[in-house]
Amino acid sequence: MKKNQRMRNWMILVGMALLALGVLSGCGGDAENQPEGSTQTPANTSESASFRTLDEIKESGKVVIGVFSDKAPFGYVDENGEYQGYDIYFAERIAQDLGVEVEYVSTDPASRVEYVATGKVDIILANFTVTPERAEQVDFALPYMKVSLGVVSPDDNVITNVEELNGKTLIVAKGTTAETYFERNYPEVTLQKYDQYADAYNALIDGRGDAFSTDNTEVLAWALSNPGFTVGIDTLGDVDTIAPAVQKGNETLLNWLNEEIRLLGEENFFHANYEATLAPVYGEAADPESLVVEGGVVE
Amino acid sequence: MQDLDISILFKGINFLRLLGGLWVTVRISLIAVGLSIPLGILFGMFMTLKNPIAKGISRIYLDFVRIMPQLVLLFLVYFGLTRAFGWNLSNEASAILVFTFWGTAEMGDLVRGALISIPRHQYDSAAALGFTKMQTFYYIIVPQTFRRLLPLAINLTTRMIKTTSLVVLIGMVEVLKVGQQIIDANRFDYPNAALWIYGVVFLLYFFVCWPISLIARKLEERWR
Repeated sequence: MKKNQRMRNWMILVGMALLALGVLSGCGGDAENQPEGSTQTPANTSESASFRTLDEIKESGKVVIGVFSDKAPFGYVDENGEYQGYDIYFAERIAQDLGVEVEYVSTDPASRVEYVATGKVDIILANFTVTPERAEQVDFALPYMKVSLGVVSPDDNVITNVEELNGKTLIVAKGTTAETYFERNYPEVTLQKYDQYADAYNALIDGRGDAFSTDNTEVLAWALSNPGFTVGIDTLGDVDTIAPAVQKGNETLLNWLNEEIRLLGEENFFHANYEATLAPVYGEAADPESLVVEGGVVE
Repeated sequence: MQDLDISILFKGINFLRLLGGLWVTVRISLIAVGLSIPLGILFGMFMTLKNPIAKGISRIYLDFVRIMPQLVLLFLVYFGLTRAFGWNLSNEASAILVFTFWGTAEMGDLVRGALISIPRHQYDSAAALGFTKMQTFYYIIVPQTFRRLLPLAINLTTRMIKTTSLVVLIGMVEVLKVGQQIIDANRFDYPNAALWIYGVVFLLYFFVCWPISLIARKLEERWR
């Protein structure tokens, strides 16, 4: 019967499709298992402590450091796919002094705490501002930089006073100090929040908000290279420090980092870092003494 | 400046990096789709069972997936499992797990819909012709279901490809993130690069999803 013939062809097609899917899912299973076996994620020592101690990191020959990959000039990826910036300069030195390779994990502002808290990275070096709330979840080492908040706005409507923001829309990146600062101190300001810095800047350029606030270093650098935008407020809120963070209780690594920062202070390492990574960007706009913290000591 | 901005695409290995990012996107979504379709077919059949317990389980699973944003699921699996049980899944494994979990539910519901859309008389006629239950299913119901399912499954596939851009939040650098990295690294010198890079990213997504739609159309024509 002709109809039966057609049905049979059908069945073959269906069968073949299912087979193909089976093969595909087979491959899927392999690919899924592969990364777990690799050294991509730090191994768990036990359930309660998922961090790796200093010795474990040295033994594994690799330190996993969480950095920003889209926050020039602190942490970004250049056109050759290499991580670069102030944080990276320091990270490279840490790896060198530990005598291990470095593996970078690209993080976003909102997920930094989670990365260290779950031991997915050993150290966070992602422009991480020290706050009491964060200090409850992670252990901060000595600071290597200091910042306060800045507000950048378009030239034709520059915001020079925080009070001017009342009733206006301020763009912030989620999980940043700017977000908490404005929520706590200026509830009348409407906040427009973005997950990623790149999106936040685009929002400002597109005029979706009246101003953008984040660390002053960041807005200063950005305004310098984006004509049409001015930093109307360059110091706002408290002066905050930026420090590496490790998982709570990871004392061996924390002590090593503190000692490292102290030692690097003796050779003025962070000034050299500033010259290499930040000076080309800020030029005359910023004074290194207002940003760099040497040897973990804030004057 | 406009004509210069496109040039950052060819600076260094930027374009290769974008393609590399695209490969991450395609790899995750294809593996997830490859797993979701067979699992979804099984789940869809399970959903059509008259058993109240089976119905309850399906309902809870489907609603859970529908209500939970995929981002929350990603965080739950990637960070949550490590926090709660110390299970350390890599970000790729977490992404595949979440997208398969989501895809299976969506696909299951599509299969269920396709199955119950086969008119009652198809089953009755088959029974009248002396087909057994299994024969009815294999010779009559499945082929018709498959035809109805195809456009919906393709739709789901392209939707998954696009949704995988969320994996950047668990540290996977896929095509959109590479684009943002390029935009950011060059934002001091090429402030208008965003438009160009996003344009290229758009084209890349298009060239991934378009052939899938083409194949689907061809198959639909052939099976008509």
